[in-house]
Amino acid sequence: MSFINYMAREINCKIVYYGPGLCGKTTNLQYIYERTNPDAKGKMISLATETDRTLFFDFLPLALGEIRGFKTRFHLYTVPGQVFYDASRKLILKGVDGVVFVADSQIDRMEANEESVENLKTNLEEQGYKLEKIPYVIQYNKRDLPEVATVEELREKLNPMNVPDFEGVARTGVGVFDTLKAVAKLVLTELRKGGP
Amino acid sequence: MVNPQMVMYEEEFNQIQNVVDRLVKDANAKVVFIVDKNGQLIAASGDVDNLDTTSLASLTAGNIAATGGMAKLLKENEFATQFHEGEKANIHIQLVGNRVILVVIFDSKSSLGLVRLRVRRASEELNNIFEALLKKVADPGADSPFAEITDEDIDNLFND
Ligand SMILES: Nc1nc2c(ncn2[C@@H]2O[C@H](COP(=O)(O)OP(=O)(O)O)[C@@H](O)[C@H]2O)c(=O)[nH]1
Ligand SMILES: [Mg+2]
Repeated sequence: MSFINYMAREINCKIVYYGPGLCGKTTNLQYIYERTNPDAKGKMISLATETDRTLFFDFLPLALGEIRGFKTRFHLYTVPGQVFYDASRKLILKGVDGVVFVADSQIDRMEANEESVENLKTNLEEQGYKLEKIPYVIQYNKRDLPEVATVEELREKLNPMNVPDFEGVARTGVGVFDTLKAVAKLVLTELRKGGP
Repeated sequence: MVNPQMVMYEEEFNQIQNVVDRLVKDANAKVVFIVDKNGQLIAASGDVDNLDTTSLASLTAGNIAATGGMAKLLKENEFATQFHEGEKANIHIQLVGNRVILVVIFDSKSSLGLVRLRVRRASEELNNIFEALLKKVADPGADSPFAEITDEDIDNLFND
């Protein structure tokens, strides 16, 4: 749920990075964090286990610049990917303005990707959202690895709605900002459509 | 629009700011802030300069969301109050009208009893303000400054 603050003249939006465990969600945020000017970002928070698996969420606040005199602020969140953290995923989706689905391109992760998309749909629906109705983009990550599915295959399985999609290598940053820009753009476009 | 927007206007913001400013004094608190349930900071007062309020806001909302999830499993409505006691700092978290979260950080200059008492009054005031705000937002007469933005405006954001 975007938050327009007329007093501070800023608008806040929430973007959630979703996807199966180890697909690269946290890595996306880390890359964005590393490559953003200090004055445009807040602290990145990772609630992780001792082995660096996301336990609850990662959080990164970003300021993108001004539109019509309003500062645009984006709060990026990731969810924990493991199946058993479903309760936490639901909580993080509350009030979401846009979703990035990070897919793991490796052939043996295809099923995990498909399960995760289904889970995303279910969890959104539980809160009265429809995936078709919210700003949504997809990143096919880990394109640098050898045993990966082709983009056509990934598209066919994971992108039936034909939303904007990108190839990524989050570890080196390929596609990371393109993905973020695409979802931010959709979120802002959505704001134009609906007044409060 | 899928999501109803949260909107803050100058009038209500000033009212809210008054309540938090007063609460800092009345409760002898170090810091008071208000967060919406999605983790966005609405107002803050007290010794906030050395505090990462954005991070605190997000973590507070995560915390309330998690306890809310626990409440649901226990068939409780909501755990409206939380208190965390540290060696130097204590933190009191209060859900107000199931909409926003009021956070008070205090040290040994205050006490839990005093904070509780003052929070109760502030909560009532805040609840009234947010109710009025919601009515205003629901009024379709309120224009969004974003209704007129162009693709160009959006593209310009990314041009650096
Ligand atoms: N080869 C390769 N590894 C990646 C890429 N993106 C992430 N990883 C690695 O995959 C592992 C899991 O990444 P992480 O971001 O923690 O996954 P998350 O569970 O989705 O948050 C880490 O070891 C990352 O370094 C990528 O594009 N290529
Ligand atoms: Mg992670």
